[in-house]
Amino acid sequence: MLKVNSINRGIVIDHIPVGKGIKIFDKLKLNEADFPVVLLMNVSSNISQKKDIIKIENVMDIDLTLLGLIDSNITVNIIDDNKIIEKKKVEIPGDVTGMFKCKNSRCISNFDDYVTPKFKLVHKNSKLLYSCEYCDELTTYVL
Amino acid sequence: MILKGRHLIDQNDLSLEELDQVLALAEKMVDDRDAYSKVCDGKILGTLFYEPSTRTRLSFESAMLRMGGSVLGFSDASASSVAKGESIADTIRVAGVYADAVVMRHPKEGAPKLASQFSPVPVINGGDGGHQHPTQTLTDLLTIRRLKGRLDNLKVAFCGDLKFGRTVHSLVSTLAKLPNIQFVFISPDELKFPKHMKEHLIETYDIEVIETQDLESVIDDLDILYMTRIQKERFFNEADYVRLKDSYILERSKLKTAKQDMLIMHPLPRVNEISYDVDDDNRAVYFQQAEFGVYVRMALIALLLGVDTDVKGE
Repeated sequence: MLKVNSINRGIVIDHIPVGKGIKIFDKLKLNEADFPVVLLMNVSSNISQKKDIIKIENVMDIDLTLLGLIDSNITVNIIDDNKIIEKKKVEIPGDVTGMFKCKNSRCISNFDDYVTPKFKLVHKNSKLLYSCEYCDELTTYVL
Repeated sequence: MILKGRHLIDQNDLSLEELDQVLALAEKMVDDRDAYSKVCDGKILGTLFYEPSTRTRLSFESAMLRMGGSVLGFSDASASSVAKGESIADTIRVAGVYADAVVMRHPKEGAPKLASQFSPVPVINGGDGGHQHPTQTLTDLLTIRRLKGRLDNLKVAFCGDLKFGRTVHSLVSTLAKLPNIQFVFISPDELKFPKHMKEHLIETYDIEVIETQDLESVIDDLDILYMTRIQKERFFNEADYVRLKDSYILERSKLKTAKQDMLIMHPLPRVNEISYDVDDDNRAVYFQQAEFGVYVRMALIALLLGVDTDVKGE
């Protein structure tokens, strides 16, 4: 069985849905890191049978909005001296700015340099629907 | 309920009470237009029309001129600094120095909202793509209120392009808030009222919504029939437009079973969807509707500018 050591000081992003780990890895630009980073895929999980995990041997800001858009079951653990000192809650974000584009090809946010696309959560059920602040079109975030 | 200095980007920017305030002033203006002929003396309305819309532009210009104000602007973006690549933000910041209020028509959806974020003066959305056209909604509401005497207890049908028709979306979202409104949506499958908007209506307001492709099967029970044009400019595919453009043509013969006090409305311009032989039917009110558009814009401009509209005794 694959064995990965625990980290002394850093961050563990846990309970990532299978297949999303590498996408989060890319979004957080962890390939550019000059500190140890481990991406674990298809790890056994008691909750969802399988999951991905990212271990980062460094303290850095993690975009919780991005993680919330992907899955609100993701957990972020801050590690110091080999212990979890903080568990950060990931929530489905109510407001999202600049994370994705409006799907409406006629929306001004896709044309004007002054506009940062802004969205409000309008649906929480099976998929996340976000309403564009400018044109009201509903867009689903897909990582 | 102070509207002075506010923007009107979406019809929902106005509460029902504020809506009533605008319509009540517009009705006073209908009854005695001359009394308001000087209330905007010295004020300037900027008209930034990034796409052609002669009717809406002239309606706004007429409204301002009838109140003694002045108008400046452009009706063709290619003849303005926009053609040099100026951003909306810069254009509106400058226009806000030249004018006391600005009306913007733009083909991109959300452009007036963007403008309002940078404008030092009130911005009125004069139509943005297929999104919103709030002053058309105010016009429609004034027409209904004036000619039916009420804005509640109505069965309202929309016929034609219900997918891209911003006038329909705007009016539906406002009427939905009023008591005992029923909607009938008449359209080809390809131009149906958007599903998410329909679900919102039903979930939020518990409104009865009927969808059909057959106008004649429902016309006998309507209080208002709101016809719309199949808009060529909203189609990406010319073949689809050609196939759908004549889906509904309201002829006089089709009105036989309609109620005698039903209103036939249309935001204009019409193409084929209402035959000329309907024009002299008492129920056809679309030209009156255009006239009411001037009054409602007069009232709106006056209230956003905060000018004194208390003209009693004159």
